[in-house]
Amino acid sequence: MKLAASPRDFWFWTTLCIAALFIVFLVYPLFSLFASSFVDAESGAFTWSHYAAFFRKKYYYRALLNSMSVTACVTVLAVLIGAPIAYLTSAFHIRGKKLLDTLIIISMLSPPFIGAYSWILLAGRSGLITTFFAEQLGIRTPTIYGFSGILLVLTLKLYPFVYLYVSGALKSIDISLSEAAESLGCDPLRKVFTIILPLITPTVLAGALLVFMNALADFGTPMLIGEGFVVMPVLIYSEFVSEMGGQANFAAALAAIMVVITCLIFLGQKYVVNKKSFTMSALRPMKPSQLPAVQNTLAHVFIYGLVFLSIVPQITVVYTSFMKTRGSMFVPGFSLESYATIFDKLGAAITNTYVFGLVAILIIIVLGMFIAYLSTRRRNLITSIIDTFTMFPYIIPGSVLGITLLLAFNKPPMVLSGTAAIIVLAFVVRRLPYTLRSSAAILYQISPSIEEASISLGCPPMRTFFKVTAVMMLPGVMAGAILSWITVINELSASVILYTGSTRTMSVSIYTEVIRASYGTAAALSSILTLTTVISLMIFFKLTGSKELSL
Amino acid sequence: MSVSIHVQNVVKKYGQVTIIPDLSLDIENGEFFTLLGPSGCGKTTLLRMIAGFNSIEAGLIKFDEEVINAIPAHKRNIGMVFQNYAVFPHLTVRRNVEYGLQFRDVANSEAAARVDAMLKTVRIEDYADRLPERLSGGQQQRVALARAIVVHPNVLLMDEPLSNLDAKLRVEMRAAIRDIQKTVGITTVYVTHDQEEALCISDRIAVMREGVIQQIDAPQVIYSRPVNTFVASFIGHSNLFATSLSGQQLRFSPDYAVDLRGLVRSDAPSGKTVTGVRPEEFALSSAGLGLAARVVKSTFLGRYVNYELAFGDASLLPDQAAIEFSQDIGTAKMIYQPGDVIHLEVNPEKINVFTEAGESLMSGVRP
Repeated sequence: MKLAASPRDFWFWTTLCIAALFIVFLVYPLFSLFASSFVDAESGAFTWSHYAAFFRKKYYYRALLNSMSVTACVTVLAVLIGAPIAYLTSAFHIRGKKLLDTLIIISMLSPPFIGAYSWILLAGRSGLITTFFAEQLGIRTPTIYGFSGILLVLTLKLYPFVYLYVSGALKSIDISLSEAAESLGCDPLRKVFTIILPLITPTVLAGALLVFMNALADFGTPMLIGEGFVVMPVLIYSEFVSEMGGQANFAAALAAIMVVITCLIFLGQKYVVNKKSFTMSALRPMKPSQLPAVQNTLAHVFIYGLVFLSIVPQITVVYTSFMKTRGSMFVPGFSLESYATIFDKLGAAITNTYVFGLVAILIIIVLGMFIAYLSTRRRNLITSIIDTFTMFPYIIPGSVLGITLLLAFNKPPMVLSGTAAIIVLAFVVRRLPYTLRSSAAILYQISPSIEEASISLGCPPMRTFFKVTAVMMLPGVMAGAILSWITVINELSASVILYTGSTRTMSVSIYTEVIRASYGTAAALSSILTLTTVISLMIFFKLTGSKELSL
Repeated sequence: MSVSIHVQNVVKKYGQVTIIPDLSLDIENGEFFTLLGPSGCGKTTLLRMIAGFNSIEAGLIKFDEEVINAIPAHKRNIGMVFQNYAVFPHLTVRRNVEYGLQFRDVANSEAAARVDAMLKTVRIEDYADRLPERLSGGQQQRVALARAIVVHPNVLLMDEPLSNLDAKLRVEMRAAIRDIQKTVGITTVYVTHDQEEALCISDRIAVMREGVIQQIDAPQVIYSRPVNTFVASFIGHSNLFATSLSGQQLRFSPDYAVDLRGLVRSDAPSGKTVTGVRPEEFALSSAGLGLAARVVKSTFLGRYVNYELAFGDASLLPDQAAIEFSQDIGTAKMIYQPGDVIHLEVNPEKINVFTEAGESLMSGVRP
C-alpha cells in the first residue's frame, strides 16, 4: 500500500479518521442490515426464510414488480419529456428561458411528496377538478390513485433531471460538429438523429439512471397516492413500522433486495456509459436560432404546458395555505389560521429542520472538502475506497438507509435511535455527494503547484490546506453545500423512519399532517419549506453567478 | 464538379456593426485561394458566408452562374474543414469519412471504394477503425480533410485548419494539403492569419483588413509589390523610411538618393513619400556610401544575423526608433557588434515607394 510508505503527516491522519467514520457509520450498518436479514427473530439462528417468504407470497413480490413497472414508465416518460425540452430550449429561441429554468429547478427541488398531495387536492376523490367535472359536466374523471397517479407525479417531478443533464451536454457540443454535418449535406432533422442524439446518449443514460433511482426509492409519493398499488419502499416501511420487532428482520431482507437491485442497475449503467462515452468541450457552443411561426408556437405550447403542470403543486400549496379551514375541509375565504396553528403546535418541527439541517451542512462541508481533497490529490487504495463508498447514497433508497441506521444503532455500544444525532447522520450520509462532487470539480481546476508553492515557502501541509487550498475551493464547496442544504430540509424517506415526537422535521410533519387529512397546516408548512428552498436557490444563483445547476 | 466562385458586393452586419461593408472577388475554378488578414478582419466571416453558415445582408455569391444566397448550407455541396477539426467523436475514422456520402446518391460499393481511396490519400488507412479520441491532432486533421473531399464538393473551404497544430506538423500538413488539393483539382478557399502559410500554399492571396480587401495577387507579387504600407508591413517586415520623391529620384537623406529609372509611375507627384525596404534587401557598402547607421543590437539566428540599427537623423524614421537589417551569413564578411557604424545601400528594384497616405506609387501595381 502506498500510504504505509508515505510519512505520517496531516493527511495520513485525516485519511484514517475519515475511514474510521465510514466504517462505523456506513460499512457497519450495511453489514448489520445484511446480517439481520438472515437472522430468525425468535431463535436468532441463521435462516433463508425471509427471502423465501418474499419470493413465495404474491403480495410481497408483487410490490417489486409494481416498483419496476412504474419506475420504468416514469423513466421513459421523463426522458421523452426532458430531452426534447432541453433540445428545444438550447437550439431555438424560447421566450422566458430563464424563468422556465428557474421554475423547473424549483419544481425539482421542492419536497417530493408535495406533488402527490397537491394532485390529490386537485384531482383526488373530492378534488377541485374532480368535483368540477362531476357537478358541472357530469363527467367522471379517471382516478388519480394508484399506478397512473404515481406515474403523473413522479414524471413531473423527475423529468427536470433529464432536462438539466441534457441541457448541460448540449452546451458541450461544439457548433462546428453540427456545421460539419450540414456542410456534408445533412439536413437539420437528420442531423439531430445522426449527430446530436448519439453525442448526448451517455448523458441521457446518466439522467435516466438518476430518474430511475429516485423513482424507485421514492417513498412519499406512492405512500400518499398509491393506495392499493404497493411499491417496495412502502412495503418496507409498513413491514418495518407496523409490527416492530418480529418483522424487522423481514424488512431488512426487503431492504437488502432493494440494495442489490439498485447496485446491479447502477453498475450496468456505468458499464454502458463507459463504453459509449467520449470527452467533448465546446469552444463555440450551440446558438439558439428562430423557429418558423407554426413550429415556434407548438414548441412554446409544449414547453409552457409542461412547466405549468410541474409547478401546479407549488401554486396549489401556497394558495391553499391561505385558505380558511374547518377540520380537514377548506371553506371559502382567506385567513392565516393555518400558519397560526403550525407556529403554535408545530413550531418545534420548524426549528428542528433548521437546526438539524445546519448541523448536517457543517459536517457535510468539512467532510466534503477533506474527502474531495483526498480523492483528487492523495489518491491511494484507502482514499479510492472511501470515494467509492460516497457513491452509496445514490444507490441506497432513503427508507432503506433509515432502517439500516436504526438496526445498527438501536443497541449498545452505540444507542442513537430516537436522538437528533441519528437524523443528522442520515442527512449527512444521503446529501454529502452534492458538496463532495462540486468540491472535487473545483479542485480539478486548481493547479497543485499553487499548494506546492505555499509549501515550498515554508508553510506546513495542514496550514497550506486551510490558508490556500480551502480558500480557493470555497466557491465550489458553497455551491454544493446549498444543494445539499435544499435536499436536506426536504428529506423525508429516511427521517420518517427515524423520527420520534421530539425530533420531527418539517417534511415529516407535512407527511403526518397529510395522513391526518389536516391539509391546511400541511399546506402552510409546505409553503414555508418551499419559500426556504426558493431563497436558498436564489443565494445559490447569486453565489455561482449563473443560472445553471449541476447535480 | 469544381466551380468558380463569384462574390459580388456582399455586405455583412451583426446588428448595428458592419463587418464587411462591400466586398467583391472572383475565384477561378480549381484555384487555391487564400483569405489572409489579422484577426477580426472578416476573413472567417466571408468564408462562412460562402459556406452558408452566415447570412448575407446584401450582394450576391455565385457558384459558376448560380446564385447561392438562398440555398441552405447542406444543399450547397461544399466540403469544409474547421479550425478545431470537428471530427465526430462518436464515429470511427471510417464512419466519419463515410458520413457525407449517405446524403448523396452513391452506391454502397462505390462509397466504400471512395472511402478506402481517400483514407489512403491522406495516409490514415491504418487508423480506419479507431475513434477520434485516440488520434493525434494531425491525424484528426487528416480525417477532417478526407471527410470534406470524399464527397466531391463544389468547393473546399478551410478555416484556419492548421492553427491548432505544432510548428513542425503545420509545415508537413500544409505541404500535404497543397498536394492533395492539386491532385483532386478542387476550388479551395483557405482562411489563415499566418502569412508564411499563405505565401507557400496559395495560387492567389486576398489580403483583408477591417472587412475590405487590400490586394489580390499571387504570393510573390504581394510580397514584392504590396499595394500599400499595411500589406507591406503585414506580409513580411518592411522598414518604412520618410523619403521625398522628385521625378524618378528618391531622396533618403541630404547625402543619399537613388534613381528609380521608371520603376515609379510616371504620374507620381513629387513631394513627401514613404519608402518600404525589407530587412534582407539592404546592401552593405564597403565604400562608405548610402545611409550611415549605428548597431544597437545584434541577434545571431544561424543563417542570418538580425541587427537593430539606429540613425543619427530621427526624421528618417517617423514611426519607429530603429530598423531591422538581416545579414546573410553565407555572404557576410564579418559580424558587427553594438556601437559599430555601418553603411547601407538600397536596391531600387526591390524597394517600394508609397504616398504619405500609404498607397503604392510603383508602376504596374494595381490598387
